[in-house]
Amino acid sequence: MIISAKNLDLTFQTNDGPVHALKDVNLEIEKGEFVSFIGPSGCGKTTFLRCIAGLEQPTGGQISVNGMTPDEARKARAYGYVFQAAGLYPWRTIGGNIKLPLEIMGFSKAEQAERVARVMELVDLSGFEKKFPWQLSGGMQQRASIARALAFDADILLMDEPFGALDEIVRDHLNEQLLALWARTEKTIGFVTHSIPEAVYLSTKIVVMSPRPGRITDVIDSPLPRERPLDIRDSKEFIEIAHRVRDGLRAGHQGDV
Amino acid sequence: MFKRSILPVLAVLGVIIALWYATCIPMNAAWTIQQLERSGETMTTTEHIVDSWSQERPRLPAPHQVAAELWDTTVMKSVTSKKSLVYHGWITLSATLLGFGIGTTLGVLLAIGIVHSRTMDMSVMPWAIVSQTIPIIAIAPMIIVVLYSVGVQGLLPKAVISAYLSFFPVVVGMVKGLRSPDAMQLDLLRTYSASNAQRLWLLRLPASVPYLFASLKIGVAASLVGAIVGELPTGAVRGLGARLLAGSYYGQTVQIWSALFAAAILAAGLVILVGLIERMTLRKMGERP
Ligand SMILES: Nc1ncnc2c1ncn2[C@@H]1O[C@H](COP(=O)(O)OP(=O)(O)OP(=O)(O)O)[C@@H](O)[C@H]1O
Ligand SMILES: [Mg+2]
Repeated sequence: MIISAKNLDLTFQTNDGPVHALKDVNLEIEKGEFVSFIGPSGCGKTTFLRCIAGLEQPTGGQISVNGMTPDEARKARAYGYVFQAAGLYPWRTIGGNIKLPLEIMGFSKAEQAERVARVMELVDLSGFEKKFPWQLSGGMQQRASIARALAFDADILLMDEPFGALDEIVRDHLNEQLLALWARTEKTIGFVTHSIPEAVYLSTKIVVMSPRPGRITDVIDSPLPRERPLDIRDSKEFIEIAHRVRDGLRAGHQGDV
Repeated sequence: MFKRSILPVLAVLGVIIALWYATCIPMNAAWTIQQLERSGETMTTTEHIVDSWSQERPRLPAPHQVAAELWDTTVMKSVTSKKSLVYHGWITLSATLLGFGIGTTLGVLLAIGIVHSRTMDMSVMPWAIVSQTIPIIAIAPMIIVVLYSVGVQGLLPKAVISAYLSFFPVVVGMVKGLRSPDAMQLDLLRTYSASNAQRLWLLRLPASVPYLFASLKIGVAASLVGAIVGELPTGAVRGLGARLLAGSYYGQTVQIWSALFAAAILAAGLVILVGLIERMTLRKMGERP
């Protein structure tokens, strides 16, 4: 078990009173899984991912990452985090941006260069090392930010709607690349998305959440094989899982109305 | 492009010079009329006008007189001569640069302190603001007297006044710049468990560079004003401030105006220089051309 949450609770104290962002969240993630979090806006997907990353302090329950507290895991550099926006530093080249975590973690110059070259190849950006972020398209910038999260070889990759701002075609392409990368590196991936097809296509486990308070309403273990060509999305199994996810989302919504 | 930017500037300059010549006539006519009354002679209007542009000690010297004086006191004099504006300009410039250096360093350090410590934010910022509400003319003599009494004179007291004027824009700009990284950029560094020093060096400082340069342009001009003001109360004999003061003692309006112009040219030169360094630096930091 690489990530385990037990009765996790998180309430934000805001000026308009408390916001119950996570309520009684229980989840176990095994090593090498690809887990998607899906749910309507405000259901706590980002908050849960940030709890795993130790960026947010839960107000109740337990969570462990690699057998440690999230804070310890963060200090042990157990995960790479990809934010919704690429967030590349505009004053650094693409290579310089990918090197950033390596500089902070004190890798040798030679090792930095070697790792940058390797992850840039992994995300298909070789040759763009000396370009500045504004010289790249949005999709390429997002790939650079994934390379940055991969550069220091953390076992876990946490991604918060990394492709949310991109168009369908680029997104399909990046999804394919992400699956290939996951197969090659055997990382554990936590992936937040709003798109049902994206969640079903990528995941071995789909976590359906619902808002107010944010909680898990369904956890679906995908029967799809690990090897997934794009046209698997027309298969019967795929459509069945997509239905189940949609039903889960709808059930979560009904509580509101 | 060049033509488009230079033409309006030239047009405005032409208007200013024309107005200047026109203003000289009523300003300087009184003296001529006085002289004429004494000698009983008369003058035609044209003669009046020409005379108002060529007096030895006019109330308002004409542009060509100032230009001639500037030429005479820069190009025609050796730079070591006490009559050379280059010599006086250098004296003022050296105090300006020293003060600017001190002010900028102090400003950056204060800004770093303010951004990292709530206590400093609460305690230093109000004083920095208060410091700028006191007229420099009131403080300058005190600074000079106090420093003189502990045996410090010459370049340093002027530089201190110049630093006093230039640190403030740097503090304000740098505080804003150091705080400019957004929550996501800060969170990114947290996911790497970066230290405070790494956060400052790798994120906050680079992000504040554009803000710093905006402040430096204001700061360098303020530094020059500070150095000139610092030369006034000492009765100094060297520096552009001293030239201004001596000019007004002896009614040498042409000298005052040429010193003023020298100061303005120096200020413009410094601001342009900072602008050039800004362009080069930002280009290196991947700014979109
Ligand atoms: N720092 C914070 N302070 C106060 N409330 C917060 C904070 N962060 C999140 N919230 C609240 O917690 C709830 C869950 O937010 P969260 O960002 O996790 O939702 P989400 O599922 O990621 O939504 P989206 O799909 O729009 O990104 C929301 O009601 C939000 O307003
Ligand atoms: Mg979110």
